[in-house]
Amino acid sequence: MSDHTTTEAEETEEELAVEAALESRHGHPSDSVYVLIAVGLAALTAIEVGLYYLKASTATAMTLLALMALKFAIVVGFFMHLRFDSPVLRRVFVGGLTLAVTIYIIILLMFGILHF
Amino acid sequence: MSEIAAHPPAHHADARHQTSTGISNEKLAMWAFLGSECLLFGALISTYILYRHKAVSGPTPHSLYDIPFTSVSSFVLLMSSLSMALAVAAIQRGDERRLRVWLSTTALLGSIFIGGQIYEFTSFIRRGMTIRTNVTSGAFFVLTGFHGVHVTLGIIMLLSLVNLSIRGRIPQAKAEVIEIAGLYWHFVDIVWIIIFTVVYLIP
Repeated sequence: MSDHTTTEAEETEEELAVEAALESRHGHPSDSVYVLIAVGLAALTAIEVGLYYLKASTATAMTLLALMALKFAIVVGFFMHLRFDSPVLRRVFVGGLTLAVTIYIIILLMFGILHF
Repeated sequence: MSEIAAHPPAHHADARHQTSTGISNEKLAMWAFLGSECLLFGALISTYILYRHKAVSGPTPHSLYDIPFTSVSSFVLLMSSLSMALAVAAIQRGDERRLRVWLSTTALLGSIFIGGQIYEFTSFIRRGMTIRTNVTSGAFFVLTGFHGVHVTLGIIMLLSLVNLSIRGRIPQAKAEVIEIAGLYWHFVDIVWIIIFTVVYLIP
């Protein structure tokens, strides 16, 4: 009797887990959208490499940093699903990232590497 | 607080894993870990930026870079993120065969990237730039080496998951295991996106 109850409970748990797996796909991009995102990322990388061969200037460096930030946001938002996941996860990650960026910008300012 | 209430606990396989945030502890832990990794890599990247023009002897990384070669490596790692995303999507649909195909592809692409890094390091050492040559080369090898170690650990993790999947230990119900491994792999990719721009492309 107890064996039967245990098996039933296990089956229910597995069904719930499968349901959760399907539910977690809800709102996520389809495979073809993932491929399109990857093509976009590859194109951005090609632009970055093209910019490297232009004459070095502040404008080129700023454009490269902007493209880097865009690629970063695309991977985090779509491939890592942060755009679709709970805001709690966004806060945890963005919190760490903001802390890191702030600390290291302050350090680079202190050492005179960055200037306002 | 209201956001937490707005996201009811996920229907997880095990009721013991239900949490007040609606997110499994494992997934939350991985995101917290990745947040802390931002600080680690931030420190290494800042150190490189601090020392990039401080070399007083020997060749510097900038004089030895092979940008076309590194661009191809970057492209390979970027495409491994695509195959990882496809692996996660496959297991969420319950397609275990495709899961194994995409996980193996990701591990292969990661191995190609590591092969490229080993080739690059060997080439630099042959041309007279070792980790001890100057402060710039030291900062460069530590930063890219740390990243390489992360990629290598990711490859080991992916191959272990392929092995577990072959033995039938990763059914659709355990899709979150792959999702968490995917988070780590994508993080390794975004760190390289920053390294490629800040270290290689910006003079």
